[in-house]
Amino acid sequence: MYSKDGEQYFIVDAHIALWDGSARNLKNVHGKQFIDCFYDYHKNLSPAEVVWPYDEYTYYGGDRLMKDLFTDGYVDHAIFQPARLADFYHNGFGQTEEAWALTQAHPDKLTYNHYFDPRDEQAGLDQLRLDAERFGLKGVKLYTADWHGDSRGYKLTDPWAYRYLEACRELGITNIHVHKGPTIRPLDRDAFDVADVDAVATDFTDLNFVVEHCGLPRLEDFCWIATQEPNVHAGLAVAIPFIHTRPRYFAQIIGELLYWVGEDKIQFSSDYALWTPKWLIEKFVDFQIPEDMTEYPELTTDVKKKVLGLNAAAMYGIEVPPELAIKVPAEPEAEVAVGASA
Amino acid sequence: MSVPLLQADVLSVVTAALSTVRDPELDESIVDLGFVRQTSVVDGHAEVRLRLPTYFCAPNFAYLMVADAYDAVSSVPSIHTTTILLEDHMSSAEINAGVASRAGFVGSFGAEATGELDDLRLTFQRKAHTACLERACQLLIAAGWSVDGLSSAHLSDLPESQERSSLLRRRGDIGLSVAEDAALFVDDSGEPVPAEQAPMRLRFARAVRVSIDGNAHFCRGLLTTRYPEAVADQKPRRTGQEAS
Repeated sequence: MYSKDGEQYFIVDAHIALWDGSARNLKNVHGKQFIDCFYDYHKNLSPAEVVWPYDEYTYYGGDRLMKDLFTDGYVDHAIFQPARLADFYHNGFGQTEEAWALTQAHPDKLTYNHYFDPRDEQAGLDQLRLDAERFGLKGVKLYTADWHGDSRGYKLTDPWAYRYLEACRELGITNIHVHKGPTIRPLDRDAFDVADVDAVATDFTDLNFVVEHCGLPRLEDFCWIATQEPNVHAGLAVAIPFIHTRPRYFAQIIGELLYWVGEDKIQFSSDYALWTPKWLIEKFVDFQIPEDMTEYPELTTDVKKKVLGLNAAAMYGIEVPPELAIKVPAEPEAEVAVGASA
Repeated sequence: MSVPLLQADVLSVVTAALSTVRDPELDESIVDLGFVRQTSVVDGHAEVRLRLPTYFCAPNFAYLMVADAYDAVSSVPSIHTTTILLEDHMSSAEINAGVASRAGFVGSFGAEATGELDDLRLTFQRKAHTACLERACQLLIAAGWSVDGLSSAHLSDLPESQERSSLLRRRGDIGLSVAEDAALFVDDSGEPVPAEQAPMRLRFARAVRVSIDGNAHFCRGLLTTRYPEAVADQKPRRTGQEAS
């Protein structure tokens, strides 16, 4: 919970990781380059005083995670969104057993989402059923640019992906977090294209599709589909750190998202440990659209409360103390694109 | 008979040629972005070393930049042979060898690719046009035009400006008319946008422009985080003047 100027904010960090990118876990140069790339993201967009030393960043463990999120970071509840990257790391990138043990020790604070990969075909489908039961899955994280043998990516519209989504529907895994990356098969297509999300959102109207980093680098294509599909949501990972380095640019991103996607379908996420939640939350609560940007409405306290926690809490059934909910009647809503509200 | 150029002159001509090569996603020159690490010319052989913001930058866009750089440098009259080397990238080996042997994208990536990159390039040239159109429309709106009224604007209504030259170049890229009496506010195929669709089209065009600008900020920052010395090579991308 975060308090400022007499207002209280319930915080859900909808995208966190407990990864191991340390030397002992590297399978090849790609694994080394992957964690180095993450570290560049971290250094590039974080305030200098919160930049971690490289070695701590590659592996930080559960104690540090609990401190950064819950002791220092105001977070009430956080959701693991692991990436497998089995072709880069001996034990994968997301540390399943460690994250799951931590979730079991703090079930009120943590939710564990797992992953699947449709290229595992029937064996992976069988495993998904076991994982759903073991972890009590409400959601999955899909990284479509994961490398898998001679394939460097997949689409949600691939036939096997449909079978996995049908299984999700059957198993009550309702929240599908989609993370697009730089590669896909075939490689001549735009790997960041979100048209496949559009297709499955239409075919699985009972599942929620949360597009991580709000479709960036294809913000516009994402906004367009999210306007038309009530079950497509935006995760703010990667976009929100711009609040420090380029606040005027962040104003444009959040302004576009509020217009096209709507205030009920945007979720805060730090993408921990890419960035730490404390400074992001402090700056977001203090943030306002610059006065000269008259094309965007004011960012109200109610909008900030929804984005910082209430939206994700509603999606995951996380209990919100009554005093932290939005007072009724809510503040009047700003103009949005037709169909943008949930 | 041509007069041999001095070494410094040759380098500047090669750099000028490289300046015409754009990052297709960011719609900006690879020279201004700081992607050109080193250029050398020895006895008519040019060697250019390129660097990108991350090891994982999408291989299809990386290929286009390397192939376009090869074509641009090879077209310089005093250059007889050209080598373009993309460094520190997951697909450096495939791309460098593929471009050197003129293998095309499918020839470079084998079973992983099913076609060449013409469609991909066109998609991003259209996005670049949309972003430049939005800037041009904002210029007219600031001068008193209504949004609905933009549907009756012609290129002749757009005063000499960065916005105008940027838009004309992007129109040329996708085969749209650049005649003074051509409609300004047109869709990807050149069809004029009716007045009733103008507000929504302009709104979406703004989202396209915000997306491209944001990616450019991010990629520029990542390049200088990865290669601190690249700061000296980057030309600033100024607000409102992003595309040239």
